[in-house]
Formats: sequence, C-alpha cells, structure tokens
Amino acid sequence: MNALLLAADVNVAQNIGFYIIAAIMLYAAFSVVSTKNVVHAALWLVVVLGGVAAQYILAAAEFVAVSQVMVYIGAVMVLFLFGIMLTRASIGADTDVNNKDWKLGIPVGLVFFGVLVYTVVDAFEGTVIVEPSAAQIASSTTLISDGYLGDYLIPLIALSFVLLAAAVGAIVLARKD
Amino acid sequence: MISSLLAVEIPYWGQSLLRVLGGLVAVLLPAGMIVYVFLFKMMSFMQSRLGPMEAGPYGSMQLLAEVSKWLQKEDIIPENADAKIFKIAPIIVLASTFLLVVVVPFGPDAWMTNFQAGVFYALAIGSVSVIGILIAGYSSANKYSYLGGLRAAGQLIAYELPMVLAVVGVVIQAGSMNLQQIVVAQNTQEIFGLDWIGFPFVLTQFVGFLIFMIAVQAELTQAPFDMPIAESELVSGYMTEYSGFRFLIFFIGEFATAGVFAFIASILFLGGWGVPFSWFGWDTIDSVDNWMNVVGPLIMFSKMTLLVGIIMWVRFSYPRFREDQLQRFAWKVLIPVSLANIAVTAILKVAV
Repeated sequence: MNALLLAADVNVAQNIGFYIIAAIMLYAAFSVVSTKNVVHAALWLVVVLGGVAAQYILAAAEFVAVSQVMVYIGAVMVLFLFGIMLTRASIGADTDVNNKDWKLGIPVGLVFFGVLVYTVVDAFEGTVIVEPSAAQIASSTTLISDGYLGDYLIPLIALSFVLLAAAVGAIVLARKD
Repeated sequence: MISSLLAVEIPYWGQSLLRVLGGLVAVLLPAGMIVYVFLFKMMSFMQSRLGPMEAGPYGSMQLLAEVSKWLQKEDIIPENADAKIFKIAPIIVLASTFLLVVVVPFGPDAWMTNFQAGVFYALAIGSVSVIGILIAGYSSANKYSYLGGLRAAGQLIAYELPMVLAVVGVVIQAGSMNLQQIVVAQNTQEIFGLDWIGFPFVLTQFVGFLIFMIAVQAELTQAPFDMPIAESELVSGYMTEYSGFRFLIFFIGEFATAGVFAFIASILFLGGWGVPFSWFGWDTIDSVDNWMNVVGPLIMFSKMTLLVGIIMWVRFSYPRFREDQLQRFAWKVLIPVSLANIAVTAILKVAV
C-alpha cells in the first residue's frame, strides 16, 4: 500500500507555495486569538480565510476558492466588521476580550486537530494524487454544477429550506410591529 | 501582412511580463482618462465653465500637476488613529481593483488569466474592497469617517446582491461563467436570423443591463448613491482623515474601479473585445486572427469609455438619494426585478 513517492510525482513549486501560505495562515491564526483588539482579530481572520482560498487555488479548485472569497471574505467578514463597528469598536486594546476560561479551549482544539489528522491520514494514506490535466481543471466548475443540480438535488433543496427558515426567523426577530 | 507579423511566438516569461504590464495599463490608463475627460472636462461643460485650462493644451497636463501635488504633501495620520490599519486601508481598496482586472479578456490571447469561474471571481473580488472602506472608517478615529464607513458597507452589501443576480441572466444565456466564452457566445450566436450584428446580450438582457449599471453606480459610491461620502453632512465620509498619497490611492481606486467595472459590463452585455465572427469567416476562438489582440483592446477601450460616460453623466445630473430610499430601492425594487429576470431567462432558455 505504501507506494514509494518519486521525485517526479512531487510538484515542487506547489509544495513550496503550500508551505509558505500555510506558515502565513498559522501566524495569522495565532494572531486572531492573541491580539488585544477585536477589529485586529477580525482582520487577521480575513488573512486566514484568504489563505484557505489560496490553498484551494493551489489545489486547482478555483470555483471553491472563489466561493471561499465570496462567502467568507465578502460576506461573513464584512458582517463581522459591520457588527463590531455598530456595537463596540474602540481604538486601542480592549480590556475584556479574553474569557477567563480560555484555557478550556486548548484541549478542544487539540482533539479537533487529532480527529482531522486521523481522518485525513486514514482516507488518503499512501495514495498518490495525480495532477489533474488542463481539461479536467477547465471542467471542474461544470462538474460541480452538474453535481449539485443532478445527483445532489434533494440535499440542495433541503439546505435551501434551512436558509429560508433562517431568513424568515431573522425577519420575525427584526420586526417590532 | 499584419497577421503574420503578429504571429510571433513569445516565450513564457515574455508573456507573463506583457500580462503584468497590460494589467497595469488596463487599470491606470482608464483611471487617468476618466478623471481628465469626464471629471475635469465633461463636468465643467455641464456646469457652463471651462475646467482646467492652464497646464498643457486644454489643461491636458493637469493630471500630472495634481498627482505631483498629492505626492509631495505630508502624510498625516491622526493622533488617535489606529495607524497600522489606517495605512493598509487604501491599499486594500486599490489592490482589489488590480485583482479585478485580472480576469478581463482584451483579445483572443490578450488575457491575464483565463479563469473558468471568471464572472463569479469578479463579483467576489469586487466585494473585498468593502473591507478596506470599513476599516478606513474605523481606524480614522473620527465620527464622520465612522458613519461614512458604516453607510458604505451597508450600501455595498445591499447593491452587491442585485449585481450578482443581474449577471446570472447573462451566464444562463452564454452557458458559461468564463468571460472569454461569454464574449465568444455573443459573437457567434445570431438573433432573429440576422447574422451580421452578432448577439450582444444587451438586446435580450436589457433589464439585467440596467440593474447591473445601477448596481455599479452604487458600488462605486457615485452620485446619486454617494451617501457614504456625502460632503454636506459627513465632510467626505471614510476619506475625511486621508491626505497626500493615501488620498491619491483612494482617488485612483475610485476611478480605476469605474473603468474595470465598465470593462466587465462591456464584456457581459456589449460583446466585449469581439466583432461578429462571421464578418471575417472565423467560427471558433482558435480561428480568430492574431490582429484582434491589438484591435480587441481598442474596441474594449471605446466601449468602456461609453459606459463610464453614462455613469458620469448620471453622476453629474442627479441629486443624492436619502439613506432609507437607497436601501428600499435595492431590496424592494432591484432584487425582485432581477429575480424575475432570472426566472424569465431560465424559462425561455429551456423553452426556446
């Protein structure tokens, strides 16, 4: 099962790019939790999410990468910043950003990391993923749309009902009359 | 003769260099052109005055004078400002413009990246500039900037949705999200049996075109959608505390983004760089002659000038929307109409 990885199988440039982006993401992720200012934390989170998009591009999944930018940076983070600015943004260090039980988060994070590593290693151990051809990359967007409007149509409709329920709920909460 | 002259094989590094330079030109040249032709001259003529006349013939060197004035000004950062974020904010706004032009094709080979999800990418990157504007408002430590930033974010979120929905109609008609293939679709299909005008989607997607241009106007915060920088109540919104070259970056960003969005609109609705392929007997993108790589950018540039002219014409003509009118217009008019447009387009696409 453990096939020997040949030098020809490894895309060196892609690997270098992966580790550079991963290092930036790690630094940004630590900054999210260590910075004293909420707005700075949100901006570091933007860097982390942008890094994820860059990794998707490296993996030739451009549609997923663009969705990542659209949903997380363009929508979620803008709403985060908007919410912070409407409620509590103060320039300089905030005094009460840290919850006093923050240490409890460390084992949770470690367990989550362990589960992820275990599943990825269990699923892909020893498999050499061949580089996709240009034609395969070109049709990836088509494949995704065929997938979710074909085989996965029922889950898509079910999910859209969840979103509809959320939207109706938001309107009910927001309306005073 | 010309086509054989242009059929040179350019090595990969040369192509990359040309693409980077082409991207710079495609952002900065329209920005300079828009500021001089529309902001200096057209606005002046509409207000019965001459505009700048001293620097160069008809004031055409005024831009150089303005830029050098801004560059030598002091870079002032307010005492209470969050200095790091304050410095980054204009760069995020301009960088998103440069990232936006990356997917715009200017000819059969004159593109920077041939992205499969091109339209989707353009819309996604277009929303990144909101972050720059928000943090510019936040970090200035000034209540006018703060209000301006919040208003800008609210407006940009509201008008992004009709923009995305307006584009869906074009994507359905072209059957692709790749901007290059959208251009090809408009120049190879025919309408009403007429095969000599191609099929610019503005003919069938006129509603989508209107919604897209209105949304662009709002995304660029040009009047009548300039509530975020309303000078009579907010000084100049999120830009209040910026001076010197940081203000210049915001300024270039504003007009460069106008140019790039006009490029994207001309690709989606007006046929992009192409001429109807039947004129010269081409059938596919591969058979297009090489001289289109030179003529294509010129066609794009003239279409961009036309669309920016419309944007500026509206800007100089109409008074400002009130904040609540502006939000109501987006959510209660534009979004329902664009959803109806998608439904009708999809039904006709399947039925016809």
